[in-house]
Amino acid sequence: MTLSAQDATEQRQKKHVRDRWLLSAPALILIIAASVGPLLIVVLYSFLAPGSYGDVKWEFSTEGWFNVLFTRDIFDDTVSLADAHFSIFWRSIKLAFATTVFCLIFGFPTAYFIATRAPHNRSLWLFLITIPFWTNMLIRTFAIQEVIRSEGIINTLLMKIGIISAPIQMMFTDFAIMLGMTYVFLPLMVLPLYASLEKLDFRLIEAGYDLYASRFGVLWRIIIPLVKPGIIAGSILVFVPALSSYVVPRVLGGGKNLMVGNLIELQFGQGRNWPLGAALSVTLVIIVLFAMLYYVRNASKSGGSAHG
Amino acid sequence: MAKTFSIKRQPGFATIAMFCFFLLYLPIATLVVYSFNSGSSIAIWEGFSLRWFQSAWNNQQVIEASVRSLQIAAVAAVIATACATLAAIATTRTAPYRGLTIKYSIINMPLLVPEIVTAVALLILFSRVKVWTGYSGLGYLIVAHAAFCIPFAYMPIRARLESMDLSLERAASDLYASSFQTFRYVTLPLLWPGILAGLMLAFVISLDDVVITEFVKSGGQDTLPTYMLGQLRRVVTPEMNAISTVFLVISLAIVTLFFFLSRTPQKDNE
Amino acid sequence: MHGIKKWFGTFQAVDDVTLEIRSNEFFTLLGPSGCGKTTLLRMIAGFELPTEGQVLLDGTDISRLLPNQRPVNTVFQNYALFPHLTVAENIGFGLKMLGKPKSEIDSVVKDMLKLVHLEGRGNNPVTQLSGGQQQRVALARALAPRPKVLLLDEPLSALDLKLRKSMQMELKRLQLETGITFVFVTHDQEEALTMSDRIAVMSTGTVRQVGSPWDIYDRPAERFVADFIGETNFLEADVVSVSGDRARVRLSSGAEISATYPDGVTPKGKVTIVVRPEHARLGPPGSGVLEGVLDDIVYLGTDNHFHVKVDGGGTFIVRQQNAKSGPCGFSEQERVSIAINDDVAQILRD
Ligand SMILES: Nc1ncnc2c1ncn2[C@@H]1O[C@H](COP(=O)(O)OP(=O)(O)O)[C@@H](O)[C@H]1O
Ligand SMILES: [Mg+2]
Repeated sequence: MTLSAQDATEQRQKKHVRDRWLLSAPALILIIAASVGPLLIVVLYSFLAPGSYGDVKWEFSTEGWFNVLFTRDIFDDTVSLADAHFSIFWRSIKLAFATTVFCLIFGFPTAYFIATRAPHNRSLWLFLITIPFWTNMLIRTFAIQEVIRSEGIINTLLMKIGIISAPIQMMFTDFAIMLGMTYVFLPLMVLPLYASLEKLDFRLIEAGYDLYASRFGVLWRIIIPLVKPGIIAGSILVFVPALSSYVVPRVLGGGKNLMVGNLIELQFGQGRNWPLGAALSVTLVIIVLFAMLYYVRNASKSGGSAHG
Repeated sequence: MAKTFSIKRQPGFATIAMFCFFLLYLPIATLVVYSFNSGSSIAIWEGFSLRWFQSAWNNQQVIEASVRSLQIAAVAAVIATACATLAAIATTRTAPYRGLTIKYSIINMPLLVPEIVTAVALLILFSRVKVWTGYSGLGYLIVAHAAFCIPFAYMPIRARLESMDLSLERAASDLYASSFQTFRYVTLPLLWPGILAGLMLAFVISLDDVVITEFVKSGGQDTLPTYMLGQLRRVVTPEMNAISTVFLVISLAIVTLFFFLSRTPQKDNE
Repeated sequence: MHGIKKWFGTFQAVDDVTLEIRSNEFFTLLGPSGCGKTTLLRMIAGFELPTEGQVLLDGTDISRLLPNQRPVNTVFQNYALFPHLTVAENIGFGLKMLGKPKSEIDSVVKDMLKLVHLEGRGNNPVTQLSGGQQQRVALARALAPRPKVLLLDEPLSALDLKLRKSMQMELKRLQLETGITFVFVTHDQEEALTMSDRIAVMSTGTVRQVGSPWDIYDRPAERFVADFIGETNFLEADVVSVSGDRARVRLSSGAEISATYPDGVTPKGKVTIVVRPEHARLGPPGSGVLEGVLDDIVYLGTDNHFHVKVDGGGTFIVRQQNAKSGPCGFSEQERVSIAINDDVAQILRD
């Protein structure tokens, strides 16, 4: 009696799980086939030899990985460190980091401002932050370009007022890239920060003032520690896409100021080095993975004590 | 009369926030304004005209790219939303079972992998498939778009499902509805706002994509963003502003609709 | 405090409150929920500014100072402990913000931990403490900077009954040991009576009566106070004569008793008097000042409550302690007489 009832529940449970796998199958298959799965092919390609007109030759080779770190002189085969690659990776990390810091400096007060509005107004402010996020990134980058170009509105204005006599060259600089990325990724910082700040218990802040904290003391010793998970989440959300940014440096950096994304693209043109491009891609993914790991570890550490 | 001490105030924060909002909208506003400029400068205002909209309208390449963008976005969004709806039903409101976390991770994976890497990966994969099958149509772009749109479509649908009352479905199955009937007549109508929101998000995300499209497209398959990317290398005329303005308006309309749609479930609960 | 008024928009939460709180005393604000106690407390702490009036501390006006400039600390109702800090860091927070050297902070924190019996818990995260322990950390945190005044807003209401009782004693002990002025807010009259040196009874934004627990309980000045604190019998009576601080009043039965009256009142004509149930005794018919029929006997373990239907209308409750076990000697529907002790009746201000 009891046994068969148990069997029946077990059967039902099995069917339940099987149904759920069937239901999720289309999504999983599509993502694995056209988004995640191909990453394995990239790993595979990074261990093949470059073909003469792009693509690869089907033989094992570590040349791609070798080329990430070193360059071989075309004439005498001498090996030296691939300075160009290092400097591009280093610049990407620096720019992504600077972008994250700027997004934090601007995003934190903005998120705080939104979180302290009357509840029924908050979603409207939040909406104002997200609108640019949902509009085309290329268009937003283009918009920044229009503002900072030599013939753009800033230079034209400054020259009209007479502050400068010749336009300031802002396009095609690291500054332009950083400005563009800050502009494009700011909402990604504001949203998680807001989510944390919204849950902030303002009675704790009251307690802080009661115990003689200054405005800054309350901010530094109470608010910031309490919303640390949000700060970390926002930083990762900005840092990762900034590091692997492609459109912004391509448009605002011109051909000179490359970031990793553009370096990778370069390897996939005609007659370029696909295995090197693949190896560079894998390197990028590994860096991103480390950033995420750092986030997950920190989030689980500070998450527990954040709201007791 | 002094004002009450506000514990929430932080000096300068409101100013920075306002400055942020201002900076966020300044470039977009400039772009839109100068799309109506009658001169060909993007900094000197010479009077109002629709000249650049007209010129964009008469540009065969722009029209073709726009139509292609809309086609791809429409088909990819429908596929992504259908998949996401099924996946959301399979992964919410259930006791944890083996593989549930793996499903979550896979569904969210496209959000985590750098887009440039996915683009490269698809370039490699599809270049092979093109050789094997000889097919080089829009299918590749649609499949790629659908895949990375799934997590976006999934979010609002899942949120809606989780806020839905299970008892309604229980009541339906008590009334001898089969599980399909329950889904068709109870779950689906309740889920509809979430599905619509997901569809719109997916549509906008697909419409906006540059990087993956740039790598996956075959010759003559420019979407509007990749067409613009190509144009940005040359001398830019306000025609670009005009095209951008049109696209901005489309995205904005959809997102605004989304905003109001996703507000409703909160109201229901209150 | 002087002539404090507080408006929230068009709603007046506090209306013309003037209170003098003496140093080193345990002062309680008692009143039903929503009567403005918290608002008053927040004006002392500095989180609200009075619309009118002043808050004076040792003769200086502090009503325009910011909360972090006032030598006043609060024990919050929900404790409001900082979840990201340890017990010791919570307690030392105020001193740290005051810029005290680390050695001083450490020694004060140590003393405080001892004072609230949490020795050795300094490095625990506050989130791992029980409700009672969190309560004590909150107390220690507020006491550590040695404020002139400690404000406590219903600090015990989140605790269960047993813990609440022991914390009442604890609070009283802390107040005596530290000599700090405590301003305590509660809506629980029993709590107020047990702990306070003086009590202010509040109702809808105004202070109705200030006095020692004995004053408030035995000599309520008006109906609201008498009604809010404990159980009471209200009787109609006529003033016969006044001599010194006593008045003779005639009850509806014709019997006369002596009664006290509040300051600033000259009793005359028809008045209402109050008699506490435990200040009356039940006896055989003819033995007391009021006659009636015993309507109901409620057995409460320690006491019996006798509900008497008084001849001529109204119900009078008599409470008698069960000094010995067994039946109380009266039965329902029996005719009885109520005797009232001397000088226990109090005439109310109208
Ligand atoms: N910030 C405020 N805005 C408007 N009304 C308030 C505010 N704070 C309190 N009140 C009102 O003032 C009255 C007194 O509140 P409070 O001081 O909290 O009462 P108590 O602590 O005695 O329960 C209540 O009716 C409350 O609704
Ligand atoms: Mg209160």
